[in-house]
Amino acid sequence: MLKQHINSVKNDEVNILESTYKVLEKIKKLNSEYNCFNTISEDLAIQQAKNLRKDKGIKKKKIPGLFVSVKDCLCVKNVESTAGSRILKGYKPLFNATAIQKLIDEGAIIIGKTAQDEFGFGGFSTNVGLGYQIPKNPIDKEHSCGGSSGGSACITQLADFPHISVAESTGGSIANPASFCGVYGLTPSYGLISRYGLIDYGNSLDKIGLMSKTPELMQEFLDIMSGKDLKDSTSLHSQPTKTKIKKVALVSDLMDGVEPEIEESTLNYLKDYDYEEIKLPITKKYSLAVYYILALSEASTNLAKYCGLRYGQHEKLEGNFTEYFSKTRSKHFGKEAKRRIIIGTFARMAGFRDAYYMKAAKVRTLIINEYKETLKKYEIIATPTMPIFPPKFKEIEKLTPLQNYLMDILTAGPNLAGLPHLNIPLKTKLPSGILLTADHFNENLLTSNY
Amino acid sequence: MSQINKELMKKIAKNAMLDLSDAEIKEFLPQLEEILSYFKELDSVSTKNVEPSFHPIKIKNALREDIPESSLTKEEIFSLTEHKKDSHFKGPKVI
Repeated sequence: MLKQHINSVKNDEVNILESTYKVLEKIKKLNSEYNCFNTISEDLAIQQAKNLRKDKGIKKKKIPGLFVSVKDCLCVKNVESTAGSRILKGYKPLFNATAIQKLIDEGAIIIGKTAQDEFGFGGFSTNVGLGYQIPKNPIDKEHSCGGSSGGSACITQLADFPHISVAESTGGSIANPASFCGVYGLTPSYGLISRYGLIDYGNSLDKIGLMSKTPELMQEFLDIMSGKDLKDSTSLHSQPTKTKIKKVALVSDLMDGVEPEIEESTLNYLKDYDYEEIKLPITKKYSLAVYYILALSEASTNLAKYCGLRYGQHEKLEGNFTEYFSKTRSKHFGKEAKRRIIIGTFARMAGFRDAYYMKAAKVRTLIINEYKETLKKYEIIATPTMPIFPPKFKEIEKLTPLQNYLMDILTAGPNLAGLPHLNIPLKTKLPSGILLTADHFNENLLTSNY
Repeated sequence: MSQINKELMKKIAKNAMLDLSDAEIKEFLPQLEEILSYFKELDSVSTKNVEPSFHPIKIKNALREDIPESSLTKEEIFSLTEHKKDSHFKGPKVI
């Protein structure tokens, strides 16, 4: 469907401007029902479609006329980009994130900014910023879309037009909502795609990735967005080291507590592979504590820059420096953002830093080593993506913050190790998924696996 | 690992430039106690002679030649703020 659409646009068999108007009308209607977008970039989409109509080089572009939604934490020039936080309300970036610029250069039409947990702080898209709407699951509106890229997964499932969503994962924010909404979700290796123009959560963990209803163009999208970028010193140019899946490792000790239907469906999916059961004891026991200490430490420093002075929300200039900044931050950050700033600041404070932050960074080494050793013997590590089906909002309300954090048990490991991983929808009554993880820069094994 | 209390939380909030209300402190305190006690799990793993990982992959120093490049104009940058005066950001009182 995607390739066919692109070819039709290239050959002028479809009027992309008319299609764009139709898509915009459709997503406005869907948004009023499901809250999948924070902003619909109508003017930009129409301008891009008009430009394509006039573009004599359209046949050389890789994805002309493909509709792309973008998680709100990625900067899109002149389109409000807030990472779902009220403190950034009104911020219209003066530039495009590198990944987005590359897609625009190849003819993508940007339709809007998708809903998310504020700054990515959640697994159910219920921790949206003050004044934002919570996206609803396309399968059943009483259930969560997952998070933090909940809006991206929601519109990906709902879209009946040629569409891919650009999302972002720190600890599972692509795989989790992809599983809960029943779509493909690809998180690439750390460093493959430049983070320039991404509103940071945790710099050593953040990865820009994709969601799609089909795996059709995932590799092409990665090829467009990836590559060394002088604006991001951690971006890399690297080649895959493996070409074929020979053996798969199923992590048996991470199956504890998984819904029986998801477990059964995972095993069923693996029937076609030569797989063996293995254990990842360090990852199982420590990955969540390591993840939350490191991610929140990094988040607390990243959020220090929001102070109501240079962009986003402003307050009346009153009081001294500390009073003004504290007032602005306290007024506009949501509850989970405050909670995470407090925990992250604590973990980095003199007297506690060695016990929390440094200890976690060392255990992270042990987790990375555990994955790398396993990937010497197997090309793919498999687990279910989420241990549960998408929960109802009523059920989520009852969870404590720690119980919320524990939901990331299956996704924290690959994210800490910066390994590429793909959620593939499983055939279950409610949406669920299997998570396939490959070695660094071997996304090709995931995108060609059909 | 040490535990958190009301006074410590006030100190952290001050460092993080957040004014927490009494109600927020009351709500956060048991939640943070629960989370920090979960973090204590890490005490049980030996990390003797283990180097910390600050990135998941090895990152080399990425330096470029010091060649001037064009940047955003002052007009563009100040278009994002309400607090400006004579080509400067206008901030709260310092002294």
